[in-house]
Amino acid sequence: MNEQLTILLVVVPLMIAPITALFKSHTISWILTAIVSFTSLILSFIILFDVIDGSHVIYELGGWRPPWGIEYKIDSLNAFIALIVSAIACLSTIFAWQSVPKEINENNYGLFYAALQLCLLGLLGIALTGDIFNLFVFLEISSLSSYALISMGRSRKALTAAFSYLILGTIGATFFLIGVGFLYAASGSLNIADIATRFSTFADMQLVMTGFIFILLGLGLKAAIFPMHSWLPNAYGHAPSVVSIFLSATATKVSIYVLIRVLFDLYPVAYWQALLLPQILLVLGCVGVIYGSFRAWQQVELKRLLAFSSVAQIGYIIIGISLLNNDGITASVMHLFNHALIKATLFMGAGIILYRTNTTKLSELRGFGGSMPWTFAAIVLAGLSLIGVPGTVGFVTKWYLLSGAIAQGKWIVVVAILAGSVLAIAYVWKIVEAMYFNSKRKMVIQNVKSGDINLAKAPISLSLALWIGAAGCLYFGLYTELPYQSAQSIATALLSSEVAQ
Amino acid sequence: MIPLTYWLMAAMLTPLLGALVISRLDKLPDYREAVTLVTASILFSINVYLFNHLDAASSAQFTIAEPIEGLAISFVLNQFGLMFALIASGLWIATSIYAIGYMRAHHEKNQTRFFTLFAVAIAGVMAVAFSENLFTLFIFYEFLTVSTYPLVTHAGTREAKRGGRKYILILMGTSILFFLPAMIWVYYLADTLTFTSGGILAGHADPKWVLPLLLMFILGISKAGVMPFHKWLPAAMVAPTPVSALLHAVAVVKAGVFSLVKVVVFIFGTDFITESGANKILLWFPIITIVLASLIALSKDNLKERLAYSTISQLSYIVLGALLATQQAVIGAGMHIAMHAFGKIALFFAAGAILVTMHKKLVSDLNGMGRAMPLTFTVFTIGTLSIIGIPLFGGMWSKWYLLSGALGFEQNAVLYWTVLGALTLSTLLNVYYLLSIPVRAFFFTNPSYTVIKEAPKACLIGMAIPTFVTLYLFFDPSIFYGLSLSLTGS
Repeated sequence: MNEQLTILLVVVPLMIAPITALFKSHTISWILTAIVSFTSLILSFIILFDVIDGSHVIYELGGWRPPWGIEYKIDSLNAFIALIVSAIACLSTIFAWQSVPKEINENNYGLFYAALQLCLLGLLGIALTGDIFNLFVFLEISSLSSYALISMGRSRKALTAAFSYLILGTIGATFFLIGVGFLYAASGSLNIADIATRFSTFADMQLVMTGFIFILLGLGLKAAIFPMHSWLPNAYGHAPSVVSIFLSATATKVSIYVLIRVLFDLYPVAYWQALLLPQILLVLGCVGVIYGSFRAWQQVELKRLLAFSSVAQIGYIIIGISLLNNDGITASVMHLFNHALIKATLFMGAGIILYRTNTTKLSELRGFGGSMPWTFAAIVLAGLSLIGVPGTVGFVTKWYLLSGAIAQGKWIVVVAILAGSVLAIAYVWKIVEAMYFNSKRKMVIQNVKSGDINLAKAPISLSLALWIGAAGCLYFGLYTELPYQSAQSIATALLSSEVAQ
Repeated sequence: MIPLTYWLMAAMLTPLLGALVISRLDKLPDYREAVTLVTASILFSINVYLFNHLDAASSAQFTIAEPIEGLAISFVLNQFGLMFALIASGLWIATSIYAIGYMRAHHEKNQTRFFTLFAVAIAGVMAVAFSENLFTLFIFYEFLTVSTYPLVTHAGTREAKRGGRKYILILMGTSILFFLPAMIWVYYLADTLTFTSGGILAGHADPKWVLPLLLMFILGISKAGVMPFHKWLPAAMVAPTPVSALLHAVAVVKAGVFSLVKVVVFIFGTDFITESGANKILLWFPIITIVLASLIALSKDNLKERLAYSTISQLSYIVLGALLATQQAVIGAGMHIAMHAFGKIALFFAAGAILVTMHKKLVSDLNGMGRAMPLTFTVFTIGTLSIIGIPLFGGMWSKWYLLSGALGFEQNAVLYWTVLGALTLSTLLNVYYLLSIPVRAFFFTNPSYTVIKEAPKACLIGMAIPTFVTLYLFFDPSIFYGLSLSLTGS
């Protein structure tokens, strides 16, 4: 019966999104979105518990048998990514209830929520499908809707940010498509499993290698892997709060998921090991960690700071993948989850600040900690997780990542990870310092009508979403069973597929 | 009869609960401070109860979570930890009484936040003291750093901000740069991080790795103030005096040396360190710190900064004792945690009393002040004499064991004489830079100080407690001797 559930994950948002677009009322569109995201969450949970032991759920679209038809083959990695995406979607939806009416033009409520659902649909589709062309389609659905979502940001800079993201995102997607085309020309198949099993028969063709490089570059752009990250800070910095929360926690993660699939399940590990790719990725990851953290430290605006920190955090994930051992991959997969949680929480904090003060410039946030102690506490908690203070989610990842690097004897990587953490202290503390201390000047608050109640109290739905996230940072830092078991089962599966080939 | 485990839990929960209540009493300062005192007293009583039931210590153990497979956050009642807990909770009572007088007389703002976070920090200290393994200790080591940050920056001035930045960056930075990888490395080698008598590394690690690994711990546990990562402590002196007194002479810095002693004794094991010979090189760190910090203290005119550098120097006595790795020296190290705590807190209390009554921060302004504040300077004198290690004061005993431990160190003649030389030199410097203060105060004359004007009563009561304890400990150091004895495995 569970086979049908997998396709429901895609079908539910696909059906409801066009309906949502018809409505103008905020309440109705929100309720529809809430239905979609909570249904997805429940479905992902059910599926994950089915496959966490290492088994598969297979669904063939339209009853066509693979490799001709499209096949959904769900293992623990698919289900885990789907869970991350839908969980963050739920948080964003809760957050949206009071944030969207303030930030989005009232004529666009329906469109906004429809785009959000389509984006969710695209990301879930990527996570579930076992067909590489189908994957491209979903990638485009999610990308196109995210361009639209970003462009709905309040400042006009959102338009240029969305446009440059559109250009780079399209280049990335095109590269990916070209790569897939080459691979199809060589193999005659689009089914990931099918290509992988017959890989040795066409491995010598030049096309395969060219295709591989195109796919890699395309995904690198979409995942904002250093040095292809330039679109990210602007896009996340200027997007509406809800969109920043949702995309920062999921969009790059899903692209990294595709990268993992391509590296471990599409191409044999030995094939790209011969291309020195692990070493290249390792270096890119380390440089990304240092560079991203350093740039984050230089920022004077909260959302951009967080966006650059994302570049650094993606670096950690890349390092984990390129270590090619159990601990490293466990760390990477767990960090997909942990970082989604941390970054969503931090962007929610930034969203609340924006909601109340209409600014996220650090220099204008003096005294914020005193006037909103609870929001501030949640931000500090998530910030500490970002540093990797023990007892929080960030620490668990760092532990496995460092164990993986030490086990391989890669001391430079250890140094890079630690240096990144120290820089993280610096940039997180920049936020804390900016908000904690009072200044002689009063907090600068702009564009608020007199008697505006929003200034006095954080709206309940925003605080609720924020604290769910913050509590998650702490809870999953102490009780790691769910992400750890999933990551373990994924790492075992990925590494055993390497041995099998 | 309540099982001992619950008492152990209570030792950590009491200050947290206290903090919760305190934070709700912003409008009722009298009740708020009463709650602080009651919480401190309850906590001390719990620790005394635990002390009386030490014979069943190993049965008191509990785990709250296991975030990484094989590594649990768990706590156990242990003698050395209990010693630390007793000192910290006992002195918390004294500090609370003192703080009531100080904070009011000094018209500090945000007093509720101050008392709340103080209690939270004490909860962290209890957790560090009762950690069952290095992992748990590390967690609460960081917890202590973060929870004391708002206390350090309490004043909210630019200077406080700068001090706070240094504080967090050095303490947390070194712990992540060195402490964390060292811990993972140990776990990688020994497959456990549980504190075990005799250490866990012997037999699992090549002795040649002891040197880099222990070096990483010495650098990573920068709360112990070993140079070159000692700058956070003078930076933390921007905090209100009660914070400097309890946290930066007792709780936080002692958490540092406590962790280091734990690592040396229960992770490496003293025999393994002696066998590896790593301490021959590493001993230079505390030796240099002891001498250099004393010399810097000499040059500081700001009273609190001088005391801070004196603390840095004294902390390295403890590190030195641990690294000497002989029985007597380790006992001396353990006892010095206690003895230095009582002496130094008395000095800080006196410095705060001077600040709050006379508004003077500089040593050079203290000439003749002894006539106006005889009680304060008597306390200061007693604290000084105890730290120098003169008989009739508790500080003598720890120095006694440290010195006899150094005499028993027979690995290297040069080092042997250097250690003895450093200890002697620093004692002489102690006399010079600390004792000169009460001497100036009492024997110089200054026409502006003729009328007696002492600190608020609450401050005086708070100051009296550690002073009397220092005197008492000379005649009966058996409590702390007994608890330190656990470090030698007997």
